[in-house]
Amino acid sequence: MENLPQLVPLVVFIPLVGMIINLLWGARLGEQWAGWIGSGAAILSFLVSFLLLTYLTGSNYQSVVVNPPFLDGWLSIGSINLEIPWQQRVDTLSVTMMLVVTGVGSLIHIYAIGYMHGDERFPRFFAFLNMFLVFMLILVTGNNFLMMFVGWEGVGLCSYLLIGFWFDKAKGVGWKNSLAARKAMILNRIGDFGMLMGIFLIFWTFGTLDYYKPGEIANVEYQEHLVAQLTGEHGEAAAPAEGEHGATTTEGEAAAPAAEGEHTEAPVAEGEHGEAAAPAAEGEHAVGPAIPEYVNNDHIATDQLGVFGKAQRMLEDGAEVNFGVVSLPIETVLVLITLFLLLGATGKSAQIPLFVWLPDAMAGPTPVSALIHAATMVTAGVYMMVRSNVLYHNAETTSLVVALIGATTALAAGYIAIGQWDIKRVLAYSTISQLGFMVAAVGIGAYGAAMFHLVTHAFFKALLFLGSGSVIHGVEHGHHDVSHGHDHHHDHDFDPQDMRNMGGLRNKMPITFLTYLVGTLALAGIWPFAGFWSKDEILADAWLSNTAGGYVVLAMLVIAAAFTAFYMWRQIEMVFFGKPRTEAAEHAHESTPAMLWPLVILAFFALLAGFYNVPANAGPFTIFGFFEWLFGGAHSFTVFLEPSVAYAHAGEFQGGIAAVALILALGAILLARRVYGDNKSVTADNTDPLYVNPATRQIWSLANARLYWDETYNRLLEQPFNAIGNFLAHTLDWTFWHDYVHEKVVGRGFNALGDLLSSPVDLGIIDGIVNGLGRLVSWLAGGLRRIQTGYVRTYAITLLLGVVLVIIILLLPMLQSGS
Amino acid sequence: MPEVSSALSLSTVVLFIPIVGFLAILVFLREEQHTEQIKWTALGTSLVAFVVSLLLWIGYDASVPGLQMVQRNDWLPSAGISFYVGVDGLSLLLIILTTFIMPLAILSSFRVHVLEERGRQKLYYAFMLLLEFAMLGVFMAQDLFLFYVFWEITLVPMYFLIGIWGAEQRMYAAVKFFLYTMAGSILMLLAILYVGIQAGTFSLPDIVAGIQSGAIAFPMDGVLSSTQSFLFLGFFIAFAIKVPLWPFHSWLPDAHVQAPTAGSVILAGVLLKLGTYGIVRFCLPLFPEASVAWAPYVAVLAIIGIIYGAWVSYAQKDVKKLVAYSSVSHLGFVVLGIFALNAQGIQGGILQMVNHGISTGGLFLLVGMLYERRHTKAMDAFGGIWKAMPLFGGLSLIVVLSSMGLPGLNGFVGEFVILLGSFGSSVLGPLFTLFATLGVILAAVYMLYMFQKVFMGELDKEENKNLPQLHWQELAVLIPIIIAIFWIGLQPRPFFDTMDASVNQVVEQVHPYVVQAENTAMLTVDEFVQTAAVR
Repeated sequence: MENLPQLVPLVVFIPLVGMIINLLWGARLGEQWAGWIGSGAAILSFLVSFLLLTYLTGSNYQSVVVNPPFLDGWLSIGSINLEIPWQQRVDTLSVTMMLVVTGVGSLIHIYAIGYMHGDERFPRFFAFLNMFLVFMLILVTGNNFLMMFVGWEGVGLCSYLLIGFWFDKAKGVGWKNSLAARKAMILNRIGDFGMLMGIFLIFWTFGTLDYYKPGEIANVEYQEHLVAQLTGEHGEAAAPAEGEHGATTTEGEAAAPAAEGEHTEAPVAEGEHGEAAAPAAEGEHAVGPAIPEYVNNDHIATDQLGVFGKAQRMLEDGAEVNFGVVSLPIETVLVLITLFLLLGATGKSAQIPLFVWLPDAMAGPTPVSALIHAATMVTAGVYMMVRSNVLYHNAETTSLVVALIGATTALAAGYIAIGQWDIKRVLAYSTISQLGFMVAAVGIGAYGAAMFHLVTHAFFKALLFLGSGSVIHGVEHGHHDVSHGHDHHHDHDFDPQDMRNMGGLRNKMPITFLTYLVGTLALAGIWPFAGFWSKDEILADAWLSNTAGGYVVLAMLVIAAAFTAFYMWRQIEMVFFGKPRTEAAEHAHESTPAMLWPLVILAFFALLAGFYNVPANAGPFTIFGFFEWLFGGAHSFTVFLEPSVAYAHAGEFQGGIAAVALILALGAILLARRVYGDNKSVTADNTDPLYVNPATRQIWSLANARLYWDETYNRLLEQPFNAIGNFLAHTLDWTFWHDYVHEKVVGRGFNALGDLLSSPVDLGIIDGIVNGLGRLVSWLAGGLRRIQTGYVRTYAITLLLGVVLVIIILLLPMLQSGS
Repeated sequence: MPEVSSALSLSTVVLFIPIVGFLAILVFLREEQHTEQIKWTALGTSLVAFVVSLLLWIGYDASVPGLQMVQRNDWLPSAGISFYVGVDGLSLLLIILTTFIMPLAILSSFRVHVLEERGRQKLYYAFMLLLEFAMLGVFMAQDLFLFYVFWEITLVPMYFLIGIWGAEQRMYAAVKFFLYTMAGSILMLLAILYVGIQAGTFSLPDIVAGIQSGAIAFPMDGVLSSTQSFLFLGFFIAFAIKVPLWPFHSWLPDAHVQAPTAGSVILAGVLLKLGTYGIVRFCLPLFPEASVAWAPYVAVLAIIGIIYGAWVSYAQKDVKKLVAYSSVSHLGFVVLGIFALNAQGIQGGILQMVNHGISTGGLFLLVGMLYERRHTKAMDAFGGIWKAMPLFGGLSLIVVLSSMGLPGLNGFVGEFVILLGSFGSSVLGPLFTLFATLGVILAAVYMLYMFQKVFMGELDKEENKNLPQLHWQELAVLIPIIIAIFWIGLQPRPFFDTMDASVNQVVEQVHPYVVQAENTAMLTVDEFVQTAAVR
C-alpha cells in the first residue's frame, strides 16, 4: 500500500511507450493495432491513476513526492545550489487531474478509433494523442513550477500538431489549418512569457521552484484536524504528534533538513510519515491508517520550505524581497507573481485577452477538440492557479483582476456563441465561457468550486464535442451517400459543420441526440445534472465573498449562464429538431459503437458527477439530504481537495441564488424554443431568426461578427507587427545598414585608404612593409567592387604559405623540448 | 596556478589530430584518383579527434577550477610568448562541440552538388581540417599571442570555403567576412600587445594571477576614458563582431547565405562562439572592472539583438537568411547571460553556445538537404514538404522546436538559466529580463512561420511531390544532433558540472567589482533619498 505512489512515473511512462511504438512502427501495425495501443496506453494510465486514488483514500490523503527513476535530477548548478529536479507529486489535486485526463482521455482515444478510421496518418494521430497525455500528465504531476512549464509547453506543442493535423488538405484548407495551429502556439507563447517571468520572480523570491518539499504539509489546518481526530480515536496509543516522533523518526527528509539535497537519489516515498514510520508504530495501532508525524511545518527551517510554505512564512514575518537595488514587500511581490502567472493562464485557458486562438483551434479533428481544447489542456491554467492558491489567496489585487477577467470572458464568449453557425465553434465559445466561470471562481477564492466545475465540465463538454463529432460524421456520410447517387453539382463547398445544413437529426441519430441532450442540460445548469451543482457552487461563493467585486462577478456570471442555456438550446433546435434542411441531413445515419459507447459513458457522468459534491442543507435541491446520504456526505469533493489545496473551502448553499439561476436557465431554454422551435431555426434566406427581427438584428450581428475581436487584433497588432518586421528587415537592415553604410560608406573608405597607401605618389613616410599592407587592403577592398578569381588563387597560395609557416613556428619549440 | 608542464599533453594531441589528416590529404592523396579516400580520411580524422576529445572530457576533473592537461613550451621567450595550451570548464564543452560538429559537417559535404561541380575536393577537405585545428587552437590557447594567431588562422579556410564553394555572390561575402573580422582583430591585436608588454608576459593565467594579486593593474577611472575601458573595448569589439552582436551583424547574412552548407554549419556551430567564448575567457578576467561598468550597455545591445534579430528573421523570404538572422537573436541571449556576471548567467551562456551550435548547425544542415533537392532556398518554392518527406519533416520539427526553446529540449535549458541569471543579476536585473524574454515569443513567431511555409500547407508544387527521401548519410548526420538535443534537454547536469568550478572562478574574479557597483548604486539611491529629505 505505502509503495503505491511509486507508480506515479508510470502514468507518464505508459503513454510515452505508446507514443514511441506508434511513431516508429505505427504504419506497419495497421489501424486496429495502432488505435488500440494508443487507447490501451491511456486506459492503463487511468488504472494507475485509480490505484493512486485508492492509496490516497487509504492514507488520510497524505501527499507524497516521488523521484522518477532513470532521471538524475534536472537543472542543477552545484556551486549556487540551483536544484530543479524531475519530481512528481501525488496528492488529491494531482490525482484528480490525473483521473480526469486519463479517464476522459481513454474514452476519447476509443472514440477516435472510430472517428479517424481511414485517415492516412492514423497511427501518427494516436502517437500525438499519447504524446499529449505524456505532457499533460507531466504538467499535473510535477512538483515544481518548471515541470509544470515543461508540460505546459508540451501540451501546447501537441495542440499545435493536432490543430494542424490536416495541414495538407486541398483548396487552402490545409493552409488555414496550419495557420490556426500557428496562431494557437504563438498566443500561448505570449502567455508563456508571463509564465516565465512569474517563474523567475518565484525563484528569486523563494529560492526554489518546488511547490512543497518532501514531507511538507500543504494544509496545516486539515492536518491538525486529522491528527486530533485520529488521536481521539486511538486513545492513548497515539502519541502527541509533535516533538516525540521527531527524535525516533525513521525518515530522513522531513525530520532532518540537512539531508535535503539528496532527493535526487533512488526513488523513496518521502512525504508520508504515517506510512513509512510504520515499523515503530505498527504494533500500537494495527488497524486504521497511522497518525501523521507532524501537524504543521514548524520543524522545517524556512530555507528548506517549498514555494508555498515559504510564502506563508514570509507573509507572517512581513518579509521584504530584494531585487538588486529594488526592495519590495512580499505582498507586492505576490501580486506581481500572480499577475504574470495569470497572463500564462489567459493564454492556455483561453481568457481575455488571449482567447482568440481557441475558436480557430477547432480546425483539428473533433476528438482533439474534445480532449485538448475542451476537457483537459485548456483547464491547465485553472489547475495552475488552484495549485498556486496560496499565492493567489494572498494577492487581493490579482484576485480581483482574475475574477473580472473570468467573468468578462464568460459573458463575452457566451454572447458570441449565440451568433455562430458552426456546430464546433459554438462549443468552442462555450468552452471559453465555461473556463471563464472557473477562472472567476479562482478570483473570488472559490478554489474548490473551480476544480469542481473543471471536473464536471470535462465530462459534459467532452460529451458535447464527441456528440458534435458524431453529428458531423453522420452528416458527412449522408452527404457522401447523396453525392454518389447524384451528379457532383452541389459538391465540395458543402460544410458538414454548418448547422444550417442539419436539422431533424434526432430521428436519424437517436443515441447521439439523447446523449447530446444530457450534455446540453448539464452545461445549461439544469437540476440535477452535473453542471447545476458546480456552476451553482461558483455563484454561491461569489455571493458569499461579500465584496462589491464578488457581486459584480455574480451578476455577470448569472447572465452568462442564461446565455449558455440559450445558445445550447438554439443548437439543439437547429441540429436535432425540425425537418432536415439538406439531403445530407436527410441521409445522415447513426455512428458506430466505438463512437457511441464513449458518448453513453460520458453522459452517465454528465448526469451524475455533480452528486459527488452536493452541498449540505440544500433543502429540496438534494431532496432534503437524500443525495448527501446516497453519495457519501456533502461536499465530498471539496473535502477531498482540502489536504492539498490549502484554501479550498466549501461554501454554504444559497438556495435563492440557485433558484434564480435555475429559473433563468429554464427561461432561456424556453425563449430559445420560442425563437428557434417549430422548424423556425433557420429562416428562408438561410439566416438566424434573430437577424430577421429588426429588434434583435444588431445584437445578433455583433455576436455573429465575434465582437470584431479578431479583426481588431489583426489591425492593431498583426499588421503593424508585420509592417515593422518588413521595415526592419528590408529597409533598415538591408537597404540602409547593409547596402548603404557598409557597402558605400565603409567600402569606399577602405578603397580610398587603400588607394592612398598604395598610390605611387607616396607620401614618403610609409615604408615598404606598410606599403605592401596597403596593397593588401586595397586589393581586399577591390574585392568589394570587382571579383576576379585570378587574384584569389595567388592570394590563396600566399596565405596558405603563411599558415604553413605559422604551424612550423608552432611546432619548433616542441621539437626543441623533445630533444 | 595550474601545474605547468612542457611534456606532450592530451589537449595538444587533440589539437594536432586535424593537422595530421590535413597533411595526409595534402601530401599523399591526389585530387583526381583519390576523391573517395580524401573524403573518408577527412571524416576519419575528425572522428578520431572527436573520440580523443571525449577522453579529454573523461579525464577532466570538474571539481578543480583551473587549467588541466596543460602544456607550455617557450616560443619567443624574449617577448614572453609561449606555446601554452590547456583546457578548463570554460573551453572543454566548446572543444567537444567543435569535434562533434566537424564530422557532421564533413559527412554532410559528401553528397553536395557544388563540390562535384566546382571540384577541388582535396583543397576543400584540407581546409575543413585546417579550420578544425584553428578553432580548437582558439579554445585551448592560454597565451594571448598564440590565441591571436589561431584566431586569425580561422579566417583563412573559412574565407576560401565561402569564396570557392559558395553561392552566386561568394567572393563578395568572403571578402566582407574577412575584412569585417580583420577590422575587429586589429583592435584586439593592439590591446593584446599593450597588455602583454605591460605585464611582461603574454600568458593569460600569469596575467590574471597578477591582476588578482594587484601586481598588474589597468587603471579604471571612468567608463569612457580609462585605460582598462579602452583595452576592454579593444577585445570586446573584436569579439562582438565575431558573435555578431547587434549592430555588427551585417557580414553574417552574406556569409551564411553564400557559404556552402558545411561552411554555414561550422560558422553557426562553432565560429560565432569564438566571440562569446573570448568574452568569457579574456574580457571578464582581464578587465573585471570595465566588464562590470560596460555590462548594462552591452546587455542593451544584446537585447536589441534578441528582438531585432528575431523580427528581421521573421520578414525573410530566403530560408537560409532566416536562420542566419536567428543567430543574431540567439547569440544575444548568450551575451546577455555572460554579462549578467553571475553563475547562472555565464553557465547558461556557455551551455547556450553549445545549444546554438547544435540547433542552428542542425537547421543549416536541414536547409542544405532541402537545397540539394530543390536548388532553391526561397520559402515560396516549398510547402507541404512534411507530406512528401515525413521523416525529414519530423526531424526538422524537433530541431525547430529545439531552436525555439521548447522545454525538455536543449535550447530551453540554456535560455532559461540565462534569463534566470539576468533576472537576479545585480548589474542587470528584472527589467532587462523582461525585454529579453519577449525574444522567447518572437522565436516562436519566426520559427513556426518558417516551418509552416516549408513543411505545412498543401503539397501543391509538382517539383516537390517526388523528392527523394533521406539518404542514410543524411540520417547519420541528423541523428547525433537529435540525440544531443534530447540529452541536453533532459539531463544537462553533466554539462553544468563540467563548467561549474571554472565559471565560479570567473564569477569570483568579477565579484568584488559587482559588489562595488551595487554599493554605488545603493549609495546613489540613498543620496537621492537624502537630498529629497533635505528639500
